[in-house]
Amino acid sequence: MSSFKPKIIAFCCYNCAYAAADLAGTMRLQYDPCVSVIGVPCTGAIDLTTVLTAFEEGADGVFIAGCLKGECHYKVGNLRALERVKYLKRVLSEAGIDGDRLEMYFLSAAMGSRFAEIAKEMTDRIRGMGPLPLNGCPEEGEGK
Amino acid sequence: MIVAERKPLAEIVAALGKCRKVLVVSCSGCTAVCFTGGAKQAEVLASSIRMHYRVAGVPVNTGTVAVTRQCDREFLQPIEHRLTGVDAVVSLACGVGVQFLAEAFADLWVVPALNTRFAGGRVGTTLWEERCRMCGDCILHLTGGICPVTRCSKSLLNGPCGGAAGEHCEIDSSIPCAWIHIYERLKRAGRLELWQKLQQPKDWSRGNAGGLGRLAREDYSE
Repeated sequence: MSSFKPKIIAFCCYNCAYAAADLAGTMRLQYDPCVSVIGVPCTGAIDLTTVLTAFEEGADGVFIAGCLKGECHYKVGNLRALERVKYLKRVLSEAGIDGDRLEMYFLSAAMGSRFAEIAKEMTDRIRGMGPLPLNGCPEEGEGK
Repeated sequence: MIVAERKPLAEIVAALGKCRKVLVVSCSGCTAVCFTGGAKQAEVLASSIRMHYRVAGVPVNTGTVAVTRQCDREFLQPIEHRLTGVDAVVSLACGVGVQFLAEAFADLWVVPALNTRFAGGRVGTTLWEERCRMCGDCILHLTGGICPVTRCSKSLLNGPCGGAAGEHCEIDSSIPCAWIHIYERLKRAGRLELWQKLQQPKDWSRGNAGGLGRLAREDYSE
């Protein structure tokens, strides 16, 4: 299990978490390179299928990082994302995948060290869970 | 509109059995409006089916296709070319759509993905409520626009029953008593004589108690 290198996708809002990830870099904070950051205009813009596709395409874990509650630049985008994450956790569990492989976080652009903490927290969690059970089975399908 | 809810994934995959090439067909009618059967829900379901089988180590081939209304034959024919080689179709329509799909393609194995619940509308952001039981003999003009067949737990035509407590139903305290609302509404309209008039039993054979419902329109020609 120790040789397992997870693949973690971090969907980060440009207004907060993406800038926090930048700050973490500027602060020379180290976190596992298995976390790939994808910037989004608002976490509320992340579609259900985008997250599911991330898992189907090989991510072992996904986290969504949006603005602090009450500070979303689009008012409620981060709260919508939270509802979607709750729903997607159920969808994943139904399909036989641990819902804890997906998580939602809230942080501000100034929280560089918190971003590094979150990245470490998710990396440790996914490393503990092991590879996603999908990743051993080849995908097949016109829908993909 | 028709309000429906998604069946659990386990039930859907159990119905699919050994089918490995699956097409998920969404419906852009009522079930899309109640967020259960639209194109987006079809994508999520197709993804769930794929992941379910892949967890079990079985590759499965899935796709999605959107139909404007599955309860209309003319909208089903255009998807015929997508059915080549498909083992099963999962329908995200109400019970009507599922049957029309099965009728349109006689050799197709059709699996319903939804449980059709009732004819109703949205009363909250994520709450739908029944409004019509399709009895085929509407009396809303006598009851101030409130249907006692649907909204009275006992479907009384002459009410209230006397069991209401605090304007709520004795069967379920979260449901307002339909007949108290009817009384208040008729009183406000100055038409309490409608409430005092004894309603005769309805002709239930016009609704779902009379076998297969049929409606022929002679005023339209083919």
